[in-house]
Amino acid sequence: MRQLLGGLLLAAVLCAHAEVSVLRLGNGPEPETLDPQRAEGVSAANILRDLYEGLTRIAPDGRVIAGAAESWSISEDGRTYRFELRPDARWSNGDPVTAEDFVAGLRRTVTPATGSSYAQMLGLIEGAGAIIEGKAAPETLAVRAVSAHTLEMRLSAPAPYWLGLLSHASTYPVHRPSLAQYGADFARAGRLVGNGAYMLDDWGVQSHVRLRRNPNYWRARDVSIDVVEYFPTEDLNSEYKRYLAGELDVTYEVPPVLIPKIRRQLGDELRVAPYLGVYYYGLNLTRPPLAGNKPLRQALSLAIDREVIASKLLHGLGLPAESWIPPETSGHLSLGRPPASPWTERQAEARRLYRASGYGPDRPLRLEIRYNTNENHRRIATVIAAMWRQVLGVQTSLVNEEFKVFLSNRKLKADTQVFRAAWIADFDDPLSFAEILTSGNGQNDTGWSDPEYDRLIERARRTADPERRARLLQAAERRVLDEVPVIPIYFYTSKHLIKPHVAGWTDNMLDYHYSQDLRILPAAP
Amino acid sequence: MRLAFERLLTALPTLLVLITLSFFLMRAAPGGPFDRERQLAPQIEAAMKAEYKLDEPLWQQYLHYLSGVVRGDLGPSFQYEGYSVAELIGAGLRVSLLLGGVALLFAVAIGVVSGVCAAYWRGSWIDRLLGLFSALGIAAPNFVVAPLLILLFSVGLGWLPAGGWQAGRWTDLLLPAAALALPQLAYVARLTRGAMAEVLSSPYILAARARGLPVRQVLFRHALRPSLMPVLSYLGPAAAALLTGSVVVEQVFAIPGLGRYFVQAALNRDYTLVLGVVLVYGSMIIGFNFVVDLLYGVLDPRLRRR
Repeated sequence: MRQLLGGLLLAAVLCAHAEVSVLRLGNGPEPETLDPQRAEGVSAANILRDLYEGLTRIAPDGRVIAGAAESWSISEDGRTYRFELRPDARWSNGDPVTAEDFVAGLRRTVTPATGSSYAQMLGLIEGAGAIIEGKAAPETLAVRAVSAHTLEMRLSAPAPYWLGLLSHASTYPVHRPSLAQYGADFARAGRLVGNGAYMLDDWGVQSHVRLRRNPNYWRARDVSIDVVEYFPTEDLNSEYKRYLAGELDVTYEVPPVLIPKIRRQLGDELRVAPYLGVYYYGLNLTRPPLAGNKPLRQALSLAIDREVIASKLLHGLGLPAESWIPPETSGHLSLGRPPASPWTERQAEARRLYRASGYGPDRPLRLEIRYNTNENHRRIATVIAAMWRQVLGVQTSLVNEEFKVFLSNRKLKADTQVFRAAWIADFDDPLSFAEILTSGNGQNDTGWSDPEYDRLIERARRTADPERRARLLQAAERRVLDEVPVIPIYFYTSKHLIKPHVAGWTDNMLDYHYSQDLRILPAAP
Repeated sequence: MRLAFERLLTALPTLLVLITLSFFLMRAAPGGPFDRERQLAPQIEAAMKAEYKLDEPLWQQYLHYLSGVVRGDLGPSFQYEGYSVAELIGAGLRVSLLLGGVALLFAVAIGVVSGVCAAYWRGSWIDRLLGLFSALGIAAPNFVVAPLLILLFSVGLGWLPAGGWQAGRWTDLLLPAAALALPQLAYVARLTRGAMAEVLSSPYILAARARGLPVRQVLFRHALRPSLMPVLSYLGPAAAALLTGSVVVEQVFAIPGLGRYFVQAALNRDYTLVLGVVLVYGSMIIGFNFVVDLLYGVLDPRLRRR
C-alpha cells in the first residue's frame, strides 16, 4: 500500500514537473546493508550520505559544515562537545529529529550485539571502551540529550578530527519507532525512515537503489536533483561501457589500463584527485628474515622506484608514496617527499645497506611477496620483484591467494614475509594512519611492536594543542620510515568519469559527494 | 508414475550428499564471513558469530542447517544483512529463469532450424557457412562475445542498453540472452545437423520421399523427431545451466541473477547463500534430467515400453 502511494506520489511529481532530473551513479559493489550503524563499505556509505544526515556534514570542498546540528561549542579541554540541533530537522515521515535519536544511534554502534565495524572508531567517547568489551551497558556512554534539541558528548581525549567524524554513517541518528517495529531489518525500502535529503524509494538487490527527494528535509528547497539512482558496478569495464553508452552520469572507478585512451578521448570528464589511502607492503616482523634486520628492510624500501610504478603502471592513478601518511591529510606536518636523491644514489645506498644486512651476490636473499589474486596486485608485485632483483640481487617469488585465505594467513603471521595491504582512512587526520601500526592493533599484521612508537601515539592522543600534536605525529611517522615495518608504495586517488551535464562536483580528499550538492544542467539546445 | 516416484527417491539422497559435501568443503576453506580488510573488534566478532550460531560445534551447525532445509528455511544471508537466503534466491532465480528461458528459446529455435537447413543442403555453401558460424559460436567464450556485443549495439549503434536490469524493460534482455544463447545455439545446430544427416539417409526417409511426400513434411514430420534425440540429451543439463544463470554474462551486463549471487557468496563466505544456491542448482539439474527422460519417451515410442 505504502509503495503504491509512493508510486502515485512519484507519478504526481513526474506530472507536475515535466522535467524530472535524475542522477545515475555507478556505485561499485552491492551495499551489504543500508543500516547506518552496520554498514561498512564505501558503496553503502555513499548512499547513506543521501539518506541520513549526521550532526555535521562535509561541504563539496571537504570542509566540515553544520548538518543536523546548526551550531556547537567545545569545552576548553577539547573534550566536551555540545550540539544544538536544528529545530526544523525532520525525519522523512515528518517526525522531529531529536537529540535522543542521535544518542540512540551512537549507543547502537558501540553495542557489541549490533556488530558494527566502526565501534572502535567511536572508542574515544567516554565509556565506549567498556561497552565494546561487553563490560558496561550501552546507557553508560557519555552522550546525553540535555533537551530535545541539545546533545552533549564527552570524549576521553581531545580530537581535532572529531567534528569531521560526526559526518560518518556510524554516528547517524536512529529513527527509534522503526527500530522498535522492525528490529535490525528496518533498512529496507518501504521501512527505512531517514533524516537526509533523499529517501529510499526502491532497492533491487544487485540491480539498483533508487532514492527520491525527501520533502521533509530541512533544506529540501535547495535540493535540485529529484531522483538519484545507484547502480552496482562490480566490473570496471562494464561500468565504463555503460558510461560511454550514456547510462551512467558518474562512474565509481575507472579501469586503469584504459587511462591513456580515456585521457585522449574524454579529457575533462576524467577526474583524478588525492584520496586518503595508502597501498603498502607489510613486512612480517615476527619471523626471519625480516625480523631484527633493519638495514635489510631499509634496503628493500629504497630499492623501489615508486615514480615508475605511479606513472608507468598506474598511469597517474596512484601518487608515489615516500612517506606513510598522505601529505594532503588535514593538519599533517608531512615529511613530504624527501629530497629527491637521484635514483643512482638511492640504488647505491640500498646496495650498501643490503650488504650491511648480511646478504650479497654470494648469499642472495630469497623472499616471498604474497598478495590476493588481482591483476593490479600481480603487476605491481612483478615490477617490485624485478626492481629488487636488479638493484639488490634478491630472488623474489610471488604467491597469490584468494582474498579471504590471504587475509587469514596475513593475520596468522606464520607463513607471510612480505604481504600486500592497504589502508583507507576513516577520518581526515594523520592519527587514522598512525594508530594502525601500534602494538597489538587489529590492523597491524606486521607484528611490529615498538614502545617508542606507541608512546608517541599515546602522547599525541592526549595532546590538545594542535601544533604539538602534529609534531608528535610527525615524529611517529619518521619512526615508521626509519624502522620500516611497512613499505609504502603509493597513495590512492579517487577517480571518476563525470558527464559534463553534472554540475557542482568538487574533488575532495574524502571523496564524499552529496547528491544534494549536485545539479543536472539542462541539455544544450 | 512409478518412474517419477523412483526418481524422486534417488534424488533425495543425491541432494543430501550434495549439501553435506558443500557444507563441509565450505567450512574447510580458510577465512570466514567476518574476515575483512578492516578487522572487527574481538568482542564484536564474537557477538556476530553468536548471532549467526557460528560459535556452535560444526556438527551441530550442520544438523541445525539440515533441519532448517527440511522445514523450507534456508537461513539468513551473512552478507546481505536483513535479507533471507530464500528471498535473495527467489529474486535472483526469477531474473535468471527469464533470461535463461529467452536464451534457451533462441538456442533451440534458431539452432534446430539452422541444423536442419545445414543437413538438408549438406555440402552446399549454406552448410559450410552455418558450420563456420557454429564453430565460432562454440569457440568464442562468453567474456569475449558479451563485451563485443555491447561495443557494437550499445556504445557504437546505441540501440540497446549496455547493462542493467530494470523491471519491464525488455530491451535489457536481448544482448545478454544473445550472449548466453550463442554457444548453446551453435551446439544445438551441430547436433541437429549430425543427427539429421544420419536420419535423412535412413531407409524410411528414402521411402517417404520416394512416395512423393513434400519436402517440408518429410523433414519436419518424419525426420525431425528422431533427430532431436541427441539434442534433447544435451539440452537437459544445458537448460539447467542456462536457467540458473551465468556468472560471466551476469557480471558483464550487471544483471541481478543467480550466478552472480553464487560467486559473490562464495568469495564472501556467505555460507547459507552458497548452500542455498547449490541446492537450487542441484535440484534443477536433477529436475531437468528427469524431464528429458520423460521427453525421450514422447519422441521415441520404443522407449515407452520399457
